[in-house]
Amino acid sequence: MRTPFTIRFLRSMPRAGWMALTLFALFAWVWVPVAHLALPSDHALYLSSYWITLLGKILCFMVVAVAMDLIWGYTGILSLGHGLFFALGGYAFGMYLMRQIGRDGNYGAEIPDFMVFLGWTELPWYWFGSSSFIWAVFLAMALPGAVAFVFGWFAFRSRIKGVYFSIITQALTFAAMLLFFRNETGFGGNDGFTDFRRILGYAITAPETRVVLFALSAGLLMLCLVLGRYLVTSRFGRVLAAIRDAESRVMFIGYNPLHYKLFIWTMSAMLCGLAGALYVPQVGIINPSEMSPANSIEIAVWVAVGGRGTLIGAVIGAGAVNLAKTWFTVALPDYWPFVLGFLFIAVTLFMPNGIVGVVRSIAIRLRRGNRDGRTMEDGRDGVGAGAPQAPVGQAAGIPAGGTGDATTVASSAASVSGGDEVSGAVGVHDTATVPRGPGRSNEADDPERNEATIVRAFADKATKGAGA
Amino acid sequence: MLRTFFHVLLLAVLAVGTARAELDPGVGPAVDPAVVEALGSSDFSTRVAAIEALATGGEAAREVVAAIEGGRFGTLDGRAVIVRDGAVLAVGSGEVLAAGPGEVSILRLNNRLRRAVATARAGILLEAGEDAERLAAARTLVNNASEALLPLFERVIEDEPVDAIRELVLQAAARVYLASDDPARRVLAVSMLGASADPAVITLLRPFVSRADDGSWIEADLAVRDAAADSIRQIERRVALADTVGMVFSGLSLGSILLLAALGLAITFGVMGVINMAHGELLMVGAYATFVVQGLFRTHFPEFFDWYVVAAIPVAFLVAAIVGVIMERSVLRYLYGRPLESLLATWGISLILIQAARVSFGPQNLELTNPSWMSGSVEVMAGLSLPWNRIIILGFSVFVLVLIWLMMQRTRLGMFVRAVTQNRPMAGCVGVPTARVDTLAFAIGAGVAGLGGLALSQIANVGPAMGQGYIVDSFMVVVLGGVGQLAGAVWAAFGLGIFSKLLEGWSGAVIAKILVLVFIIMFIQKRPQGIFALKGRAVD
Repeated sequence: MRTPFTIRFLRSMPRAGWMALTLFALFAWVWVPVAHLALPSDHALYLSSYWITLLGKILCFMVVAVAMDLIWGYTGILSLGHGLFFALGGYAFGMYLMRQIGRDGNYGAEIPDFMVFLGWTELPWYWFGSSSFIWAVFLAMALPGAVAFVFGWFAFRSRIKGVYFSIITQALTFAAMLLFFRNETGFGGNDGFTDFRRILGYAITAPETRVVLFALSAGLLMLCLVLGRYLVTSRFGRVLAAIRDAESRVMFIGYNPLHYKLFIWTMSAMLCGLAGALYVPQVGIINPSEMSPANSIEIAVWVAVGGRGTLIGAVIGAGAVNLAKTWFTVALPDYWPFVLGFLFIAVTLFMPNGIVGVVRSIAIRLRRGNRDGRTMEDGRDGVGAGAPQAPVGQAAGIPAGGTGDATTVASSAASVSGGDEVSGAVGVHDTATVPRGPGRSNEADDPERNEATIVRAFADKATKGAGA
Repeated sequence: MLRTFFHVLLLAVLAVGTARAELDPGVGPAVDPAVVEALGSSDFSTRVAAIEALATGGEAAREVVAAIEGGRFGTLDGRAVIVRDGAVLAVGSGEVLAAGPGEVSILRLNNRLRRAVATARAGILLEAGEDAERLAAARTLVNNASEALLPLFERVIEDEPVDAIRELVLQAAARVYLASDDPARRVLAVSMLGASADPAVITLLRPFVSRADDGSWIEADLAVRDAAADSIRQIERRVALADTVGMVFSGLSLGSILLLAALGLAITFGVMGVINMAHGELLMVGAYATFVVQGLFRTHFPEFFDWYVVAAIPVAFLVAAIVGVIMERSVLRYLYGRPLESLLATWGISLILIQAARVSFGPQNLELTNPSWMSGSVEVMAGLSLPWNRIIILGFSVFVLVLIWLMMQRTRLGMFVRAVTQNRPMAGCVGVPTARVDTLAFAIGAGVAGLGGLALSQIANVGPAMGQGYIVDSFMVVVLGGVGQLAGAVWAAFGLGIFSKLLEGWSGAVIAKILVLVFIIMFIQKRPQGIFALKGRAVD
């Protein structure tokens, strides 16, 4: 029996999650406008435009982090090219903003100043439609989406995985950065786009515009979270997690990972593009340095700090790292790279599940009393339902919850199909209502979780087969 | 003020002295009287021609040329004179005229005159200077040749001992002949120029084979046209050959850099399965170590300064290896077999190293001087000279490659490294101390990166972020060449180097980079097994 969509949708997030979203919506859509527009500037609760811009910027980064988490935390594909998609979205929307300057530029020409400077007399063909807002928004999604689709198609089809994929995405970003640095490319070269005046005819620096942009960013973030949550709790999301944990086995039971990977990859890129489109009018500049490989890796660190494989972790990570960065770059600019560097190391060595993981393990320790002795039956039922019975117990050598050598675990896991070490998995009772287990590394370092997702995918395939 | 006073004083002294120095041989009676007369002419073009003709005047004309350059040359009553120490001397006779320097109308230099003076100076130098000076002078003359210089050219062609100079003078003479009215002379010149390998000569010959706007040949004589067409073909062939060889060389040079950068990476990635994003920073460490050694040599052993690069080889290797060992022992050890995590952690290390370099050495690029035996270039064929530093680095990378290969194939450590690369658990089972092999292999990989940094310091900018530019490329080499295979890395490095230089010549550097990336992705489509297949049967 199929659960109705609305029920499925509402159940994709626990009640606390919906509550938190509502509170956030109230904050972003009611309190922030009031605090910025209605309160006098000397009021204690007044929110200055600096803060609105900063928070709006961080909201955009949070969207990028969620997009990154979908592809890395859930699907196990570490992209070092998300900065590119973000910047492409920014450039696509920046073209519109450049056109909105109109004749107010330094040269008073119809075309953007940098083109006048290059001696160009008309817009290049790819600036077609750049004066239309609708087209700009479409392009901000479609352009990164198209790039991601084409690139992903080739990369996933030849089964480029793991670090190879990461490195190639980094090379892609690097090449794109070089391309955009050229003046002849037609996107302002080194300086990129800046000096925007208005958007849809409204002054871009007006408080009302800022508030609207902030509210839109918040809206996009919430949309991302709800959509992401729905996706990762659906059957689709479980296949993604299975691909992350053991791609070969997903293939062996009849799924084609290409479609799943390609879909989530393209969607992630499009979300990044939208975030970029909202980012540019708020910070007022977009230039090729946004595409530098360092930026893309930093996105990965936001997610790692917050906690991979949990959407809220991505949001927390992006917020925490960027607030820290804002503070450091003002107070101790020389030390920020050190802090960031140590953060990279510390997170990978000591906090593999990020802030969320730490909080969870504390919570679990506190509740340990009630949970002792409880086992999980769900998993074994799943095996019974559809998959060929595996020689049970072979995986017993792997310590439950151990974080040993990932490939050893993965390869031994590959030699056993199914296993009975599923007991004790955290919160996998009912994926519809309970948060998923703590985010793990993409390298399948956790046998229990590993088995649970596989088993689930088995069961899904079986039901699907039976229905057809 | 003081200077004027000084001049007046000199004038007074000389007024007493000149009575005896009626005739001054320095101003050169040897200069051709016709030239002397032309120098005094009121017609500008005649004077320019005369100044050029001074080129043939030898030592005797030297002072006149110097005077023209120094603004001490002029005319007085239709005679060419120079002002020396406040006295006015007639050019040619050298007699001292009874006139004040103020009465002389000094010749002001404009661009045309400057060219003429340069020609004259070069002509004089050609017969009198050091070999190097004469070569430079001959180069100048090739571009400024004129009819007036023909006597000089004849003299030089007659008895010039240095071939290169004679060659250049021949070229110069040919250019003069090109403008001649006599078709036979033009044919001679055109055929002579065919021996050149200079693309500029093609531009020079082009008018002889093209038609004017009205459809008639610019060059009327058929024999000249044929000879010109022939010469152009010859030059084009030579230029194309030089271009190809030059391009292959720059490809090899880029490949040698890529190889040095990627060798260490191939070892560490192959052995440990960790991605070292800080590898580029190990290059930087090597380059900075070289810089420090250079500083030490400059202050302590300036007489051996030329050999600082050699002394830096062990230093760069050791410093980078130590940094590598610290990295391995403190961080990477915990991340074996988790490539993505190691990627993030090593990126963090690279941030720290970059910032450490920036804080301790400053954010600007460092100044490194090539030792004398690495600067300059060697002309391997007409129209192609290769810089020594690149040739030496190419050799150096081959040397390092051989060392690494010997280490891997002939030593016990190398055998262990290969064993761990192939199968870590089994190697451990038969008693290979895998942890120590890891550390040593990482140290060697890092040390090779340090050597790469040393090589880079001789041909590229050295700055805190220098490693960032190479990390992507060296990963491409490792990816293309196959994991943990030295031979693969070598093929991939030189292949990528030549391929990207080939593309660069055709499409520009940025587009070439993008095309190389596309090529790699395409290549992986075709040969996924050969490159990405993991060894053994463990798939996931």
